[in-house]
Amino acid sequence: MKRFVVFFALALMLVGVLAVHAQDPVELRITWYDDGNEGTVLRDILDRFEAENPDIRVVVDTVAYNTILEQLPLQVEAGEGPDMARVTNFDAFKGFYLDLRSYLEDTDYWEASFAPAVLAALRSGEDDADALYGFPNQFTVTGPYINRTLFEQAGIDVPSDSMDAVTWEEWTDAAKQVAEATGTQYAIAMDRSGHRFAGPAFSEGAILFADDGSVTIDTPGFRTMAELFVQWHTEGITPAEVWIGSGGSYAAAADYFINGQLVMYMAGSWQIGRFANDIGDAFDWEAVPNPSGPGGSTGMPGGTMMVAFAETEHPAEVARVMDYLVQVDNLKEFTERTLFIPAHLGLGELNFQTDVVAAQNALNVFAAEVPKLSDQAYELQFGGKAFAINNPIRDRLTQVLTGELSLEDALARAQQDVDDALAAASQ
Amino acid sequence: MRTVLSFLTRTRGSKRLHITDLLTYAYLLLGTVIMFGPVIWLVMSSFKPQAELVRFPPRFLPYRQETATVVGYDEPLQLFTVTMEDGTTRTLAQVRRVGIEAQMIDPASPDEIIRVNINQRTPVEEVYFGLENYTEGINRFNFWQYFRNSLVVTIASTLLTLLINSMAAFALSKYKFRGRDAVLMITISTLMVPVSVILIPVFLVITEVGWNNNLLGIIVPAAATPTGVFLLRQYMLTIPDELLDSARIDGASEWRIYLQIILPLARPALAVLAIFSVMWRWNDFLWPLIVLSRSELFTLQVGLNSFQGELQVQWNLILAMTVLTLLPITFVFAFLQRYITTGIATTGMK
Amino acid sequence: MATNSALQRRNKRAPGILQMVLSPVVSLLSALFQGVIYIIDFVMKPLQDRLGVRGMAYVFVLPNLLIFGIFILLPMLLNFYYAFTGGTQLFPQNRPFVGLDNLTTLFTCDNFLDPNSCRDDLFWRAVFNTLGYVTLQVGTMVVLSLITAMVLNAKIVARGFFRSVFFYPVLLSPVVVALIWKWILQQNGLLNGLLVSLGGESVSFLTNAAWAQTWVIVISVWAQMGFFTLILLAGLQSIPGEYYEAAAIDGASRWQSFRSVTLPLLMPTMLVVLVLALIRAVQVFDQVFPFTGGGPGTATQYMVQYIYQTGFANQTKEYGLAAAASLVMAMFLLILTTLQLRLGRSSDAA
Repeated sequence: MKRFVVFFALALMLVGVLAVHAQDPVELRITWYDDGNEGTVLRDILDRFEAENPDIRVVVDTVAYNTILEQLPLQVEAGEGPDMARVTNFDAFKGFYLDLRSYLEDTDYWEASFAPAVLAALRSGEDDADALYGFPNQFTVTGPYINRTLFEQAGIDVPSDSMDAVTWEEWTDAAKQVAEATGTQYAIAMDRSGHRFAGPAFSEGAILFADDGSVTIDTPGFRTMAELFVQWHTEGITPAEVWIGSGGSYAAAADYFINGQLVMYMAGSWQIGRFANDIGDAFDWEAVPNPSGPGGSTGMPGGTMMVAFAETEHPAEVARVMDYLVQVDNLKEFTERTLFIPAHLGLGELNFQTDVVAAQNALNVFAAEVPKLSDQAYELQFGGKAFAINNPIRDRLTQVLTGELSLEDALARAQQDVDDALAAASQ
Repeated sequence: MRTVLSFLTRTRGSKRLHITDLLTYAYLLLGTVIMFGPVIWLVMSSFKPQAELVRFPPRFLPYRQETATVVGYDEPLQLFTVTMEDGTTRTLAQVRRVGIEAQMIDPASPDEIIRVNINQRTPVEEVYFGLENYTEGINRFNFWQYFRNSLVVTIASTLLTLLINSMAAFALSKYKFRGRDAVLMITISTLMVPVSVILIPVFLVITEVGWNNNLLGIIVPAAATPTGVFLLRQYMLTIPDELLDSARIDGASEWRIYLQIILPLARPALAVLAIFSVMWRWNDFLWPLIVLSRSELFTLQVGLNSFQGELQVQWNLILAMTVLTLLPITFVFAFLQRYITTGIATTGMK
Repeated sequence: MATNSALQRRNKRAPGILQMVLSPVVSLLSALFQGVIYIIDFVMKPLQDRLGVRGMAYVFVLPNLLIFGIFILLPMLLNFYYAFTGGTQLFPQNRPFVGLDNLTTLFTCDNFLDPNSCRDDLFWRAVFNTLGYVTLQVGTMVVLSLITAMVLNAKIVARGFFRSVFFYPVLLSPVVVALIWKWILQQNGLLNGLLVSLGGESVSFLTNAAWAQTWVIVISVWAQMGFFTLILLAGLQSIPGEYYEAAAIDGASRWQSFRSVTLPLLMPTMLVVLVLALIRAVQVFDQVFPFTGGGPGTATQYMVQYIYQTGFANQTKEYGLAAAASLVMAMFLLILTTLQLRLGRSSDAA
């Protein structure tokens, strides 16, 4: 009897093992984070892929954005990473990307579809000048939003209605008057991020990168914007919690804007979906062109890339997934449903899936910002030093706002932080 | 009723309420408000929609705007109380808003459009404990999977903790052996360096052991708690050695002594450690975060963290899911609080 | 009275049913336990015969020590090695050895009292913030825990309930505690809502350095006090009542009997509380980081956060510098604890 039971159990296990192996598809992993509905859209597209390719199963691991920044580089370096990931710090993984070229059928399509500078951002520049490591699945541009209803209630003209080039100083004054006239809590605000600050600083004439590639924080243009920004805080026209109250991390001022407590809000194209949902018809909101200055009128490019890692055991399958995702139809669906600015150059006429007219308009405004982006802005975002520069600027400027450092000292400290970080990275 | 009253007014033997009694109860009441108030506020907030969450000044109860279904309109329309130009107020439904003007209709006579300045209307609201945050959170969040992982980790790790900590405590309290002081020192030294400081080497070790993305990587390393060893050792020191000696004379092996004499006698201390261990493991965050990267293995705390995007943080969902993670531990506490509070007292954590 | 006895009857019956259902389960479990003991005994007996009674102590300590060694001690040693290496590589063998460079970087200061004059200003800000926090937090917590323990030790109604009230926050995870209080203290939060509706001005609790530092202390006391209160309560309850009676016969006032009976007899317990509170205070991080993120500016950035950010969260991960800072912190803790134990011992002797 006993022997029979043992035999039976063993047989069962054997059948189980065989059954599993017979139809076990290759499992691929994507580490992903969500700002809005993009995870849902990705899943829909992957579901279609799986239906067409029953030999591959793709699992999406949604984690916090911080996990992508902090843990993912460790996991990848230790050889424990996923097969693919959505990343924003392109430099953190250099040397660990999978070159997809040998697995792709049509590499020309990839190269023709995306801006060369963006594809190059993943390359380490040693002997991988043509390597294809991934593609941008979201492109963003920074720029300001205004609450038009408040301008109307205050009886003050929106400066950009009548002028082509409005400076940050002029916008600040207008927003201040509107806030005073309407009793609105705050006039102007900017997300807590060095990336957000950079666009206005470049517009004011900051020059971060010299021709020889060296980095200088303290330039007259940078100072002008920093002083204006500090002035927002000393005058109390900006919500202090955003920059001062958020310690060492990114913070958004979006809630104030959504709630009608803020006249002008410097953020970027990624907020459109949220505004369309959360503001509803509470007031009229719109995106306006980036203010102008001696350095032009530039925002910052940004966005995320979908990359593949060389550690994967199934490079060919990874390439199939990636290639599927970049096909015009799929990328188009992704862009239209997520209300992202397309990173693909040839998507043609887009039909964004929103009923909100304001969202459609804002998307057009931001799309028109793309050609105006300056070389310095591109260099900062895609030149390999974005995080090493943006975070010290953010943290040191905050110390000025709290009175811990003078602007003079803060700029010197930021320079030191940047130099240290770049030195450590090259050691 | 009288018994209740006399029970409540029973004081320090004397008939009058002494001033210290008043102070004592004032302190206790204030303490209750301060200790529970913040948690109750969290629970209230978890029912509010995103827009209500950023409202100032905040309101204690969750509200939502009332709506009315009007003939000729597919969607329910939002209701407002409108102050008309003649000073009267009416309840109207809003069709749409254009600029600073709202187009509204009376639900009773839906044909006539009334144009109102948006400052003349205030929303009609009702108290509403909406479960939307909870249902959306659970749907988006894979709640039950994470719950199961948390449960597995908590239970397995607690059982392992009880076993190996009590074994070590038994050895450290009832034997004199070479290296005993060294073991004690090592145990103490682990109190000095928190995990957050040695994350990188911990990650390396876990990777070398091969426990990345494996629940064992959370269960086993966490089981050897220094606090548990000390607590049990302290308690076992009070168990008389004669019990052990007489058992040895009867021919019992050391393992039999441990299992049949020490463990049953140390039950109160084991209960306290069990409760602490459940609490620690349920709340663990940093360690699981570095060990786990595959979502099917996430514990509740790690899963909860994934609501934080780069550019958006979904507060309404975070609040609702936080309340859900609090529920089990609150229930455990409600049922076992007697053991916790008296247990710590009797085990003499000193 | 009648309802009372009915209640008692019901209470008596309930366990009866429970017992009937559970008794087979219990006897099955105990039979199982006996079986397990038998098996373990069978396996371990030969081992004990080989190693001797004393040798078994090592067997008992082994599992706990093994886990400690692999998952805590080994990372600590690795961390020690990291402290003398540079670069951003993860694997120790790939990292360049730089000797004392990291420590030199930390200790380069024109004036050690002015963080702005230091090469690494953030480290010194963290050191000074930690010193301030430790002093105030430990002091406040010990005093409040003692008061609460004494109140709970008095003859009060519903003592069990109040004990658990003060203990409840101990169960909450640090992340949740931070979330709850952030929700209350932010500019548009509950507390400012209350202030404004009472006619006051709203206060920037989290953007003003002094306020933020204060609230960080308040919150940590809120979250940890229950634990220390219970330990002190246990200490209070172990003081024999006769001592107080004797003091009362001598005509001592309440204050006098507190000073001459309670305090000296509570000293050993107090020492445990002090050492534990101190270790936790120096390691402050888990709650503060999600609460203020170290802000405003760097006002609530403490040593562990500095280490965490330098070695882990920053995009250029300077593990070497972080590890060096963690060595400094460990030394600091070691000195503080020994000093305290010394002081405790000498005051015991006096």
